[in-house]
Amino acid sequence: MILTLAFRNLFHDRIRLAVTLVGILFSIVLVAVQLGLYLGASNMITANIDAAKADLFITVFGAKSFEDGGMLLTSRERHQALATPGVKAVIPLIVRFAEWRKPEGGSTRVVIVGTDAEDGGLAPINLVDGTWEDIKAPEAVAIDRTYLNELGITGIGATAQVQNTRIRVRAITDGVRSFVQSPYTYTTLNRARSIFGDADGVTFYLVQTQPGANIEKVRQDLKGRLEGAEVLTKAEFRDRSLKQWLFRTGAGVALIGGALLGSLVGTVIVAQTLYSSTKDHLGEFATLRALGSSSGYIHKVILAQAGISAVVGYLLGISIALTILVLSHNTALPMVMTPGLAFWLFTLTVGMCAISALSAIVKVTKIDPATVFSK
Amino acid sequence: MSQEPVSQEPVSHAPVLEAIDIVKDLGSGAGKVRAVKGASLSLIPGELTLLMGPSGSGKTTLLSILGCILTPTSGSLRIAGVSTDKLNAEELAALRRKHMGFIFQSYNLFPTLTALENVRISLDVRGQKGFAAANRSEEVLRDVGLAYRLRSYPGNLSGGEQQRVAVARAIASSPSIVLADEPTAALDGENGHAVMALLARIAKEQHRSVLAVTHDPRTLSYADRVVRIEDGRIVGEERRPEGLDAPEIADLTKRRKAHA
Repeated sequence: MILTLAFRNLFHDRIRLAVTLVGILFSIVLVAVQLGLYLGASNMITANIDAAKADLFITVFGAKSFEDGGMLLTSRERHQALATPGVKAVIPLIVRFAEWRKPEGGSTRVVIVGTDAEDGGLAPINLVDGTWEDIKAPEAVAIDRTYLNELGITGIGATAQVQNTRIRVRAITDGVRSFVQSPYTYTTLNRARSIFGDADGVTFYLVQTQPGANIEKVRQDLKGRLEGAEVLTKAEFRDRSLKQWLFRTGAGVALIGGALLGSLVGTVIVAQTLYSSTKDHLGEFATLRALGSSSGYIHKVILAQAGISAVVGYLLGISIALTILVLSHNTALPMVMTPGLAFWLFTLTVGMCAISALSAIVKVTKIDPATVFSK
Repeated sequence: MSQEPVSQEPVSHAPVLEAIDIVKDLGSGAGKVRAVKGASLSLIPGELTLLMGPSGSGKTTLLSILGCILTPTSGSLRIAGVSTDKLNAEELAALRRKHMGFIFQSYNLFPTLTALENVRISLDVRGQKGFAAANRSEEVLRDVGLAYRLRSYPGNLSGGEQQRVAVARAIASSPSIVLADEPTAALDGENGHAVMALLARIAKEQHRSVLAVTHDPRTLSYADRVVRIEDGRIVGEERRPEGLDAPEIADLTKRRKAHA
């Protein structure tokens, strides 16, 4: 009967129910989009780090992100690293901004990612057209299909100029976006060296350790050997990149702030409508109390009202959020929705509605059952 | 009317409710009013008692105290032998659940629930759920003559029908005490008589203590006992003599009042 009464109380006033649901829906969509974009941005920022098969990253001292490091490491650091006990492989990786000159004129910035996939360090993510063998061909690069228009090309076979080097698109990736809006352009290590005219410098070394090696000990040994370089775990490098792009630039703060604001506004709207609903049904709650119901029983009715609102509001909100997700797929910053985020949003909705029910519960706690005789 | 568990037990004439020297102050400071001034009253099973008095005489306040809804300023109240003196709000609610059924002047039905659900919810708060509760609700609604209105919402019922639903709700859990606040005030003559006859029947056949607060003279003929309250004090009590028919008590009351 608790659910029946809660359901009937809610659906008795459909306009108020609509306001409640719009409040929850607004909140869920806003939070889902903001957090979905946050996750999308995080994925973009860390995609290459996550894809790299490395236990440790050797970076130039103070490198703030995957795109920040110049080409200051040399083969000297590589040899020192290779001489460290427990190290199996040290794979060079070049990551550097470059000028992309469009065939029809004009230019834009790209991030050249130069590495040899056969070294087992980092290969272009999600190649959908062409293979790594194609990228090894003269002048070859791989770019993401999202950026074809922006780079002024049409697809496989197109040519352009990067810095002073002619390149040809030989492979296409899908869904590899760049948070800094400079498309990742994958090529071989030697071609990257050639583009930048630097025969020895690299941006990072990807360190793979021997099976069973103590990674932390290897890391400490490397730190002791490499002056002017940092040795980071994958997790540390991810965190550092996220911190740089999401928090130092304020983008992440804005997204999280928007999500918090969404939950706050949703909570206020739901609290207001639940409170007014409870106020309207106060006489009935007083009757229940007079009939001998425990206060817990009445609280359960209010919480059930909040719960029903949460479930219906969530289903509506998540449907709209998923529609936005689909629509954002081909944009520069696609939204991401994971089962974890969907579950977290449901928990947030239920929590938000439960908090909203508090004001109604406080109101109902003060019911004087004697009012049943004064009607 | 179906036989209740209560009626199957050995008939007892011990009071199920005893109120001694009840005092109740309402308001505070300069606005404080003593609504009940030392009222004593007991209810025994099988009797329909009327608590009569003019408006403002304190009868509803006394009813609220007897129903453990208001706590007295002083005096003692025992329900089925349990003193209410030191009980908190939740314990008083538990006492109401266990021993009492209420009927209100304005019916106080849940407008969003059907007649059947209105009765079921009174069982639900007592932890009685499922088919047993549904069957019991249907049974009492049939007993009060509403078998044809089980699925109707209060808005679609007449005043008399709504009050009969309220009566069914009050007796569904087989309480030993039924307290009614002006049960006929909102009803026309025919429905008022029907509800009072129902209450009298509940008292007699189910061996319950029924106390109805009223100032409706039409109800007198159904009473086993009439308790008069004026200005917060019990000023008189009349009991229907053994063998006297229900309507005769009304004449008796009139004659006694004329002599007084």
